[in-house]
Amino acid sequence: MRNYLSFEGLSWLVFVLFVIIVPLFLSSFYLRLMSLIGLYSLVVMGLVLLTGYAGLASLGQAAFMGVGAYTAAILSSRFALNPWLSMIAGILLAVLIAWLIGLITLRLKGHFLALATLAWGLVITGILRNWISVTGGNTGFGSATGNRFPPLSILGYPLRDERLYTYLIWFFVLLVLFLSLNLMRSRMGLAIKALRTGSIAAASFGVNVSQLKMLTFLLAAAFAALAGALFAFKELFIDPKIADLSTSINLLIMAVMGGIGSLTGAIFGPGLFVFLESFLQEYLPWLIGRSGNYEIIAFGFILIFILHRARQGLLPLLRDLLPASPVKPINHQAEPLPKRILDRAEGEVLLRVDDVSKNFGGLRAVDSLSFEVKRGEILGLIGPNGAGKSTMFNLITGVLRLSEGEISFKDSLISKLAPHQIAQRGIARTFQHLNLIGNMSLLDNVVLGGYGRTKANVWQGMLGLEGGERERARAEAHRQLKRVGLAEQSFERADSLALGKQRLVEIARALMADPELILLDEPAAGLRKHEKAELIDLIRKLKAEGITVLLVEHDMELVMTLCERIVVVNYGTKLAEGSPKAIKQNPKVLEAYLGSESASL
Amino acid sequence: MFEPAIILTLLIDGLTNGAIYAMMALGIVVLYSVTSVINVAQGEFVMLSALSIASLRAAKIPGVLYIAVVGLIFWSIFNALAMMRQGAAPRQLKIWPILWPLFLAGLLISVVPPLAKAHLPYPLQIFIAVVLTTLLGPICYRLVLEPLPKASILVFLILAIGLHLALTGLGLAFWGPQPYDLPPFSKGGMILGPAYVSYQALWLLAISALLMLALYLFFNHTIYGKALRAAAVNRLGARLMGISAVRAGRLSFSISVFLSAVAGVLITPITKMVYDFGFLIGLKGFVGAIIGGLTNPVIAALGAIFVGVAEQFSAFYISSAYKDVIVFLLIIPVLLLRSLQHQDFEEHVD
Amino acid sequence: MSLLSVKDLSVRYGGVEAVSKVSLEVPQAALVTVIGANGAGKTSLLNAITGVVPKRGLVSYQGEDISQASPESLVAKGITLVPERRELFAALSVLDNLRLGAFHRYLKRDSTIRQDIERVFSIFPRLAERQKQLAGTMSGGEQQMLAVGRAMMSRPKLLLLDEPSLGLAPLIVAEIFRVISLLKSEGVTVLLIEQNARAALKLADYGYLMETGNILLGAAAKELIKDKRVAEAYLGLSH
Repeated sequence: MRNYLSFEGLSWLVFVLFVIIVPLFLSSFYLRLMSLIGLYSLVVMGLVLLTGYAGLASLGQAAFMGVGAYTAAILSSRFALNPWLSMIAGILLAVLIAWLIGLITLRLKGHFLALATLAWGLVITGILRNWISVTGGNTGFGSATGNRFPPLSILGYPLRDERLYTYLIWFFVLLVLFLSLNLMRSRMGLAIKALRTGSIAAASFGVNVSQLKMLTFLLAAAFAALAGALFAFKELFIDPKIADLSTSINLLIMAVMGGIGSLTGAIFGPGLFVFLESFLQEYLPWLIGRSGNYEIIAFGFILIFILHRARQGLLPLLRDLLPASPVKPINHQAEPLPKRILDRAEGEVLLRVDDVSKNFGGLRAVDSLSFEVKRGEILGLIGPNGAGKSTMFNLITGVLRLSEGEISFKDSLISKLAPHQIAQRGIARTFQHLNLIGNMSLLDNVVLGGYGRTKANVWQGMLGLEGGERERARAEAHRQLKRVGLAEQSFERADSLALGKQRLVEIARALMADPELILLDEPAAGLRKHEKAELIDLIRKLKAEGITVLLVEHDMELVMTLCERIVVVNYGTKLAEGSPKAIKQNPKVLEAYLGSESASL
Repeated sequence: MFEPAIILTLLIDGLTNGAIYAMMALGIVVLYSVTSVINVAQGEFVMLSALSIASLRAAKIPGVLYIAVVGLIFWSIFNALAMMRQGAAPRQLKIWPILWPLFLAGLLISVVPPLAKAHLPYPLQIFIAVVLTTLLGPICYRLVLEPLPKASILVFLILAIGLHLALTGLGLAFWGPQPYDLPPFSKGGMILGPAYVSYQALWLLAISALLMLALYLFFNHTIYGKALRAAAVNRLGARLMGISAVRAGRLSFSISVFLSAVAGVLITPITKMVYDFGFLIGLKGFVGAIIGGLTNPVIAALGAIFVGVAEQFSAFYISSAYKDVIVFLLIIPVLLLRSLQHQDFEEHVD
Repeated sequence: MSLLSVKDLSVRYGGVEAVSKVSLEVPQAALVTVIGANGAGKTSLLNAITGVVPKRGLVSYQGEDISQASPESLVAKGITLVPERRELFAALSVLDNLRLGAFHRYLKRDSTIRQDIERVFSIFPRLAERQKQLAGTMSGGEQQMLAVGRAMMSRPKLLLLDEPSLGLAPLIVAEIFRVISLLKSEGVTVLLIEQNARAALKLADYGYLMETGNILLGAAAKELIKDKRVAEAYLGLSH
C-alpha cells in the first residue's frame, strides 16, 4: 500500500470498476446522463489543460466539438468513409483550424485568444446553420433529415446499444484522463504548468513558449473534436446547437465548477453540471410558471459565486479529505544526463555586449553599453536604481529586443535569437522576483530547469514512455538541490519555503540547465546574514566548478566580496569598470551612489 | 444591382446599426480601459431598457425594478460583510453604508410601481427605464466585480460571462421569449435623394451622434472625465491624487450601461427586441472594440460603424444568411495585424 | 508635536520582511530625509505609510490614526506622495496632469486652482512651454518636474517624496531640490526619501539612515552628513 505504483494503481482500479459496474444498473435516462457527462468530460479535460495549466481561455470549445461531429457525420454519410476514419478526419480538421487561430492570437495577450475563439464559435455556428446543402442547416443532420450515417462498429459489430456506447465513451474518457495525467507529470507537462506562472521564466530554461501554448490549444481542440464525433455516432443525428456559444459557455462553467486546475475535477465538474441542469430544468419552469431555459440564471450566479468564494472549484474541498498520494522515490543510480563539454580556455571572452542600446518610447534605458564577461570569472553589474541593469539582463536573455548593437555568446551572435534559443546555448538565469511554481515540489521545480537537456516529446509524455529520462532528470535535480544544500526538502512544496531558500531553489533550477554562464538577478535581496554567507560560499563553489557568473546585486558587501571585476552603469551607460578596490575609490562611482555635492546647490 | 438608391439605403441602414454598435463599442472600451473588465454582458442592458419600456407601456412593473431592488439589498449585505471581514465587531459597524442601499431600494419600490400604473407619456417612460437600467451599472459592479479587485483579465471575463447568463435568463423570466415592439419617436419618414429614411433612423443617428459628442466633451473637458482617463492610464497615480479606483469603476460601468440603455430605446422601434437579442448587438459592438484594440475609443467607434455598414452590404450583395459570419470574420485581419506588430517577448516587462 | 509619527511599522512581501519595526517622527514644518542604499526598504516604507502596500504598525498624522486609511483618502487630509516611478498620466497633457493634482479641490469647488497652475508654471517654466504636450512624451527630468508640480497642485501639508533624483541629470536634480527647499520655506512639511545622501542631507533638518529594512541611525542632518557609517552602508566599505 505504501508503494507509489500500487496506490495509484488502486485508485485507477476503483475508478475503472466503478465505470464498468455502474452502467449495469442504470436506466436509459441515467445512461444518457452518464454518456453526456463522459462527453463533456473529454472537452473539459482539454479546457483544464488550456485554462488551468497554460493560463489561456477559449470560448470556442463547442465549436471544435461541432467540427468533429459534422466532419465525421458528413464524411461517413456523403462519402461513405469508415466511421472511425471519419472521426479521425474530424479531429484533424479541428486541429488544423485551432492551429490557424493560434497562429494569429497566441502571440498576443491571453484574453485575445478568448475573444478570437468566441468569434470563431459564432462563425462556425453561422456556417452550420446556413450551409444547408452540406450541413442540413437548423433542422440538423441525420436519418431524420435524409442524411443517414452508420454507427461506429467494432470488428463488424455496430455499437447501437446505449449501454455499450456508454462504455465506449467512458473508455475514451479513461484513456484521455490517463494520457493527460501522464502528460502533466512529464517534461512537457511541467513546462505547460510553468506557462501560467510566467512565460519569461519558462523561456529562460529553454521552453519554446509560443510552441507550447499552441500545443496545448491543439490538444484541447482535439479532445473537443473527439467528443463531438463520439456524440454524432451516439445520436446518429446532430444539429448546430452542439457548436453553439452557449455550449462553450456551459463547458467553461463545468471546468470552473470542477476546479479549473484539476484533471479529476474535469470529470467531477461535468457530473455536477449535468445533474444540476436536469434538476433545474425540471423545477425552475414549474416555479416560474412558464417553460424556458431559466437554469442559466442559476448558472450565472453559480459561476460568479465560485470565482468569488471557491476559485479552486468545488472538488478540492473534497480532496482535502483524502490522503495525499506518496511520491515516487528517486533512483540515484540513474545514468546522468548529458553534459555540455567545456573545452575552451579560462579567460577567453564568453559574453560580449557590444555598443548595445534600448529605447522605450522616448526613454533610452540602455545607452551604447559595452562590456565583456570572461570565462570563469564572477562579474558584478552594479549601479544606482533605474540605471538599466534589469533591462540589460532582459536584453541578454532575449526577453527584450535591443534597439542597437550586438550581443554575442561564445563568438556567435545571440541578440537576434528567441529567449528559449538563448537558454539552450548555455545561459541560465534567476529572477529578482521569484518565479517558482508554488504548488509544485522543489524537485519538480528543479526538473523544469533541465527542460533544455531532455528530449521526451509530447507523445512519449502522454504514453508515459519517458521513464528512463525522467528518472535521470529527477536524479540530476536531486543532485542540484544537494549542491545548494536543499536535498532534504526535495519533496516539499516550493511556497512552503522561506524566501532565502526559494532563491537557492532558483539557482538549483538554473544549474539544472548545465549552463556555462549563469545570470543572478539580486540573489541576496531579502536574505538574512547567515543566508548571505551561504550564498557567497555557493557562488564561489560554482566558480570553482567552472561556471561563469554575471551578478546584479544591490548588496555592495556581497558584490565587493565576491566579484573579481565590476562594471558600474548609470543612466544606461558604463560609468566605470575595474576591480572592487578600484571601484570603491573611484570618485565617479561614489558620486553616482552618494550623489554629488553640487546637486544641492 | 449597384443602383444609387440601393447603395444609399444600405448605407443608411448600415449607419443606423453601426451607430448602435458604436455605442456598444464605446461602452466596452470605457469600461475595459478603466477596470480591465471585458464586459460580455454589454448588450444585455440594451435588452433590459427596451423591454422595461415595453412593460411600462403595458402599465406593468418592469423587471429591472426587481433586479435593482434585490441588488441594492445585496449591496447592503456586502457592505456589512466587508466591514466585518475588516475586523469590525457587529457593534462597531458603521450604519450608513448598510442603510443607504436599503433606503434607495425602499424608495424605488414605493415610487416606481405607481408610476408604472400611471400611463405616463412615452418620453417619461423612456426616462424611467433608462434611469432604472443605468442604476444596474454600479450595482453589478459592486456585486460582481468589486469583490475581486485584483483579479486577472481572464477572471473578470468569466465573471462577465456569469453576469451575461444571469441577466439573459432574468430577461427570459420577466418577459418570456416573444419579441416586443416600441413606437417610433415620430412616425413616417422622408425621401432623401433616391432613398427613403424613417424618422426613427434620423432620431437614432442624431441622438447617438449627440451622445458620442457628449462623451467626447465629458472625457476631454470635465474634471470627472479626465479623472476617469487618469484612472485608466495609471490606477496608482490616480489613487494618489484622490481618485478612487472603486468609484472610477462604478462610474465607468454606469456610463457604459447608460450607453446600452439608450441604444435599446433607439433601436427597438426599428428592429423589435427579444430577451436574447441584446447579446448579439453587444457582440457586434465587440468586433468594433477589438478593432480599436479594446482601448482606443475613436478607432473602436469607427470600427463599429464599419461593422454596421459591412453587415448591410454583405447581407445584400453576398448573402443575408452569412452576414453575421462575415462580420465576425472581420476580427481576423485585425488580430493578425496586431500579432505581426508584436515585437518584444512580452508586452510588459518590469 | 510631530505632524507625522510612525511606530513599529513592518512590511512583508511573501516571505521577505522589507521593513521591520521602523519608527520615525516628522515634526511640523521640518524636512526629514530617509537615506539608504538600493533595496534598503525606503520605498516600501513610504508605500506603507500611504497605504499603497499592506503593513503592520501605527501611522498617525496630526494625532489621527491613519494606519487603515486608503491612499485615495490621504490627499484630502493634506498628504501627497510623489512616488518613485512618478505614476504620471502618460496619455494626458501636462496641463491635465496638473489639474488632476487638484482633483479633490475641484470637488470642493476651490476657485484658486487656476492661480496655482500659474504658480507651478512660474516655478517650472519648462512645464509652461509644454503644457499641451502629453506627459508620457517628455524627458525623465521634465516628468519629475511634472510629478512635483502635480503634487503641489494638491496643496499638501505633508509632502512625501520618493527618490526625486532617480535617474536624473545633476542639473535637473538641483532644480528639483531647489523647489523642495522652496516648498519647505513656505511651511510645507517634507519627508524625503533619497539615495542621493549628500544632496538630501544638505537640505534636511533631520535624517535617518536605513539599511535592510531597519533604521540604523537617526540624527540631525548636519551630524549625519559627517558620519562614516553612511558611506559604509552604501558601499560596504567596512570590509
